[in-house]
Amino acid sequence: MYLAKIYVTHKPSILDPQGEAVKNALHRLNYTSIDSISQGKFFEVKLNADSKDAAVKTVESICKDLLVNQNMETYRYEVEEG
Amino acid sequence: MQKQVELSPEQIRDQKVYRDWGLTDGEYDLISEKLLKRLPNFTETGLYSGMWSEHCSYKNSKPILRKFWTKGSRVIQGPGEGAGVLDINDGQAVVFKAESHNHPSFVEPYEGAATGVGGIIRDIFSMGAKPIASLDSLRFGELSNPKNRFLLDKVVAGIAGYGNCIGIPTVGGEIGFDKCYDGNPLVNVMCVGIMDQADIEAGRAHGTGNSIIYVGAKTGRDGINGATFASSQFSKEEESDRSAVQVGDPFMEKLLVDACLEITHKHSDILVGIQDMGAAGLVSSSAEMAAKANSGVDLNLDLVPQREPGMTPYEIMLSESQERMLLCVKKGHEQTVLDVFERYGLDAVVIGSVNDDGQYRLSQHGELVCDIPTKTLVDDVPEYTHPLVEPARLKQPAPHFTPEFDDLGTMVKQMLGQATIASKQSVYQQYDSRVQANTVLAPGSDSAVVRIRGTKKALAMTTDCNSRYIYLDPFQGGQIAVAEAARNIVASGALPIGITDCLNFGNPDDPESYFEMSKSAEGIAKACEQFDAPVIGGNVSLYNETDNAAIYPTPLIGMVGLIESNDQITKASAKAADELVYVVGKTFDDYSGSEIQKMLADQISGRIEHFDLATEAKNQKLVHTAIVDKLVDSVHDISEGGLIVTLLETLFENELGFTGKTALTREQLFSETQSRFVITVPKQNQAAFEKLAGDQATLIGTTTADHELHLELSNDNLNLDVNEMNQIWKEGLSWLMKSKA
Amino acid sequence: MKFAVISFPGSNCDWDMYYAINDALGEEADMVSSESTDLDQYDGVLIPGGFSYGDYLRSGAIARFAPVMKAVKKLADAGKPVLGVCNGFQILVEAGLLPGSLQNNTSMEFISDWAPLKVVNNRTMFTNGYSKDQVIKVPIAHGEGNYYCDDATLQELKDNDQIVFTYEENPNGSCDNIAGITNRAGNVLGMMPHPERAVESILGGTDGLTLFKSILNQVRS
Repeated sequence: MYLAKIYVTHKPSILDPQGEAVKNALHRLNYTSIDSISQGKFFEVKLNADSKDAAVKTVESICKDLLVNQNMETYRYEVEEG
Repeated sequence: MQKQVELSPEQIRDQKVYRDWGLTDGEYDLISEKLLKRLPNFTETGLYSGMWSEHCSYKNSKPILRKFWTKGSRVIQGPGEGAGVLDINDGQAVVFKAESHNHPSFVEPYEGAATGVGGIIRDIFSMGAKPIASLDSLRFGELSNPKNRFLLDKVVAGIAGYGNCIGIPTVGGEIGFDKCYDGNPLVNVMCVGIMDQADIEAGRAHGTGNSIIYVGAKTGRDGINGATFASSQFSKEEESDRSAVQVGDPFMEKLLVDACLEITHKHSDILVGIQDMGAAGLVSSSAEMAAKANSGVDLNLDLVPQREPGMTPYEIMLSESQERMLLCVKKGHEQTVLDVFERYGLDAVVIGSVNDDGQYRLSQHGELVCDIPTKTLVDDVPEYTHPLVEPARLKQPAPHFTPEFDDLGTMVKQMLGQATIASKQSVYQQYDSRVQANTVLAPGSDSAVVRIRGTKKALAMTTDCNSRYIYLDPFQGGQIAVAEAARNIVASGALPIGITDCLNFGNPDDPESYFEMSKSAEGIAKACEQFDAPVIGGNVSLYNETDNAAIYPTPLIGMVGLIESNDQITKASAKAADELVYVVGKTFDDYSGSEIQKMLADQISGRIEHFDLATEAKNQKLVHTAIVDKLVDSVHDISEGGLIVTLLETLFENELGFTGKTALTREQLFSETQSRFVITVPKQNQAAFEKLAGDQATLIGTTTADHELHLELSNDNLNLDVNEMNQIWKEGLSWLMKSKA
Repeated sequence: MKFAVISFPGSNCDWDMYYAINDALGEEADMVSSESTDLDQYDGVLIPGGFSYGDYLRSGAIARFAPVMKAVKKLADAGKPVLGVCNGFQILVEAGLLPGSLQNNTSMEFISDWAPLKVVNNRTMFTNGYSKDQVIKVPIAHGEGNYYCDDATLQELKDNDQIVFTYEENPNGSCDNIAGITNRAGNVLGMMPHPERAVESILGGTDGLTLFKSILNQVRS
């Protein structure tokens, strides 16, 4: 069994209205040191695979097929035995 | 940061890079030899390519748009501004426009649809009007294709996501399905606003020294010019980000609407002009505002709020980032306007000023990067007339089609489950149709009706276009599109006052496609004059084809009607049992382009018969008079699926039944003869109504309380459980959405 | 009676609420910015629907920090009526004036429709004009109206008669069909349905007007 932690965020060039609104709210609460916020999604995926390589391959493929909107989002992941 | 080396003017000429940006050799020569008498630089070439695109200049469609009837006694502002304006009496005006967002919605359906909604709303409030309603007209390929189910799902979510947040009710629209929209979905959005005539604003920038103010979202590399870049000009790694998908921010837009309306209402003395940054963003808004006033502008691009570092003048000027507006404000009064925006938490900056030498000058980092006559961007665009060739299918229409089927009841059930016929409730219940608390008739009615608070008046609005008829006969089909919209408007108790259109067609370089465009426009123009409904604006979407297969020609008609007294508002649903049911208009064997032909033959073909504007107008007048005289309880126009579908829809809401007899054949229940309505009349009004109607209406039966339908036909009998039919109709779309391909 | 309608950036039912009071009910309502800090001159507060701050992060999560919320708390503590509708309900929950939370509808879709509601408790200052178990028709329009609370809280709500409205046909997955609840004192009501959209017969019904009249009855008696 493997555990994949997948982080999906907006591509840097894509407007992120949510991140912007949350940043402004924090500024109003006097957290003036906050420079920028990007709001994304986090997935924990448990999967069966013969090897770590095979698990990585599956994770890569589910990201592209479903979890990530490649028009607008970018992603990274960590895969560990678990 | 990206390293970018701009090509020199000579390189642009020699490598013919302008072709990649959509300029032809002839256009480039016109610019360099006649208009500038020098070679345009990189930025200038880019600006011309954006401004001279079909989307901004209408260079291919202008000869067609000129065919439209745009006069009419109510017209205050016809085509040419952000949106058209019509007089609705008492010093008030209605402002409306429809726009397509087809391609972006195919690429990224949620954001494409959302930004389509946002864009059209900006056109309305930039005129000084408060947006009061939106409608959406959608076309997809068949739902048996999972890609189309995905597109429908996401487009609807995008419209809902944006429209619900901004607080403008989505009150109507329609959805159609046909194979031809595979790979070419249509997303057309219409917005309606109202205002006092005294508050009308225009997109003008005049008065030397007056300031140009930028407000709203920062400029990013979103949707830049849709142009293709030669990859050698940029470092490779961020290639995929080159022209980023536009993301809508309805929260920002809500603030923009409120702030801009405050300025147009309270500070009109210092506001010279206002326009939204739509297609070709900053360049089109600033150049159009200046050109209309015969002036020029000087802009300092360093002052333009930017989301990313290292943006070039080309990118800044042609970015299509959303939620941005451009204002021209009298010199010395900038702070008043900036203060209003600040109160709403919006970024607003003075980025330049109006000049009197007519030049369009841009500077960045202390350098002049563009210096061209403003009018060359806007007024000197060449216009193209294309050859017309009548498509072969029109010259020799297929022989008359007669539907053949076994069991009539089974046929009705199948019909009710068709994607185009089935209830769209599962879609429109995702839209907030009642915010602003003025919605009288919500989606699902023939037309939506929104009352005007503080008056007895109400506005009816609808979108319509049966593209199958236009495919079979562009001229008659164009007339039918307007007639059908007018029928919707009249059914609700209103009279049409004007239309907007979205002309969705294939490639204009294809003479057959251009023929369709031209002939349907002539049909639309003729019908508009008949119904006293001038065209006051709209847009054009060409090149809707995939692998040389074009969509059916689809000139969407968005129509608005005025109801003088809100007690005339009429619903499509029969109110009670024991009322008389009439069909207004004659029924013939009209199956060309009908839903039943599509179902049984899997294609449409044939000649359009039995339609003429005089009959249409006469039948509409009868219905309107009967409504005004308070003789009818409900009116529902007959369209796709024919009489039986309309009759059942009339019964559904109040779970009524029907008993009656008609001389029609069972096949004719599915005929789509135009100019017809199903109406219900209380028995005490029978004499008065029949006297008024003469032979224009035929009594077919009576509503009953038992939710059963019994109809005796000349060659069959039909017995149905209305509630069972309702179930099939209601769930049809959900079933298709869940179906496995 | 003088009401404050609180307008947050992104509120979009604020004017609907304003007109419901001024035109349909015939009482006075002022539009009050979420930046204001003093509500002492008002007899009641109405927090309207919409998408305050875009509903980004979570519905109501950013609005609870707006300056006006301290004044709203003060007014609520003084026992004056506070009504939060839709986004207003979400804000009251985020601000801790009401228990529980509002989650995505189980369909994961926004839903806009007329909803039949049952008046479970007609002995509140918001419902004294209805009869017990009366079924009324009020529009709903929300994407996150699925009321959730833990079992202990639910038991408390029941024991104290804090559940005021329930759906006849649950549209969003709310626990126990809850459509509206009050605080323990009974002077703060949060509800997802929009009574301000049901105050004129031309708009489809007047069942919502009775709610506002109830507040008036209570304050006047």
